[in-house]
Amino acid sequence: METKRLKTLWTLFSSMLYISAFTFGGGFVIVTFMKRKFVDELHWLDETEMLDMTALAQSAPGAIAVNAAILVGWKAAGFAGMLAAVLGTILPPMAILSAISLFYRLFAENRYVALALRGMQSGVAAVILDVSVSLGLKVLKGKQWIHLAVMAAAFIATFFFHINVIWIILCAAAIGVGMALLGRRGGARG
Amino acid sequence: MILLQLFLSFLQIGLFSIGGGYAAIPLIQSQTVEIHGWLTQSQFMDLATIAEMTPGPIAVNGATFVGLRVAGIAGAAAATFGCILPSLILVSLLAFIYRKYRELPLLQGVLGSLRPAVVALISAAGLNMLLQVAFGSGRALALDQVQWAGLALFAAAFFALRRFKWSPILVMALCGAAGVALGLIGVF
Repeated sequence: METKRLKTLWTLFSSMLYISAFTFGGGFVIVTFMKRKFVDELHWLDETEMLDMTALAQSAPGAIAVNAAILVGWKAAGFAGMLAAVLGTILPPMAILSAISLFYRLFAENRYVALALRGMQSGVAAVILDVSVSLGLKVLKGKQWIHLAVMAAAFIATFFFHINVIWIILCAAAIGVGMALLGRRGGARG
Repeated sequence: MILLQLFLSFLQIGLFSIGGGYAAIPLIQSQTVEIHGWLTQSQFMDLATIAEMTPGPIAVNGATFVGLRVAGIAGAAAATFGCILPSLILVSLLAFIYRKYRELPLLQGVLGSLRPAVVALISAAGLNMLLQVAFGSGRALALDQVQWAGLALFAAAFFALRRFKWSPILVMALCGAAGVALGLIGVF
C-alpha cells in the first residue's frame, strides 16, 4: 500500500518534471502533453476530466501549467500528489533559468540553440494540433449543436478577433448556466 | 527585508495574471522595473526573450531570474513561492469544488459548454504556432516567404504523432535535432 502510493507520487513528480523540461511556449502546450501522459498513457484521468481541468486551470489566476499540475496532483494522490506535481512543474524552469541567467547573451545569440528552438517550434505545433484534432473530432461526433456553436464561436473569437481568453471562458460558462437553467441539460452528456 | 518584498511582489503577479503567460508579462514589468527597480528595461527585455526560449511558465521564469539577481537562491525561492501561492490556494479550492459538485446539473452545464470552448482555444493556439512556423514571426501571408523546411518538419512530426503515436517529447527532441541538421546544410 505504502509503496504503491510512493510509486504514484514518484510517477507524478517525474512525469511533470519531464513534461515541464520540454514544453516550450505557453500553458496550452503543457496541457496537451499532460493529456498524452495522464489520459492516453497512464489512464489516471479520462478525456472529459482533462478538459474540465484545463478550463479550470485557465480560469484561475496564475500559470496554467502550475494550475493544471495542482488539479491533476490532487486527483491522482491528494495533497501529497499536488505537492509532487507542482514541484515537478517548477523545478525544471528554475534550474534552467538559473543556469542560463549566468550567461544569457551567449545562449540567446548561439546559432545552434536558435536552430534547435526553431525546429522544436514545428514539433510543438504538431503536438498541439494532433491533440486538438482528436478533441475536436470528439466534439463533432457528439452532435450537440450548442457545443458545436460554442466551439466555432470560441475559435473565431480567439483566432480572428484576438478576444481575451477570460471573456471567452466567461461567455461559455454563462451559456452553460443558461442551458442548465433552461433545463435542456445539453451539457450533461458533454 | 528584500525576501519579503520579492515574495509580496510575485504574490501579486501570481494573483492577478489570469489567463496565462501573456497576462503575466506586463505585471512582471510593472513590479520589477517600474515599482522596485530590480531590473532595467533592457534586462527586462532579456528576461522576456529568455522566458520565450526556455520551457516553463513565464511567471516562474521571471521569479527565478529576478529573485536570483536580487537576493541569490533564497530570493529565487521566495519569489517563486510567491507567484505560485495564489494558485496553490485557489486552484486547490477549485479541485475540491470540482470533486464534490461536478455532478450538479448547474456545474455540468457550465463544464459541458466550457469543454468545446477549451478545444477551440487549444486549436487556435496550435494554428497560431503553425502560422509562425510557416511564415515566421512577421506573419505576412506571402507565398514566396513560406518556410518550407519548417513546414515539412511539421508535417513529418504530425504524421509520426497521429499515425504512429510517437511520444510527443521524442518528437520534440527529434525536431530540435532536425533543426540543427537542416541549419547546418543551409536549408533552414
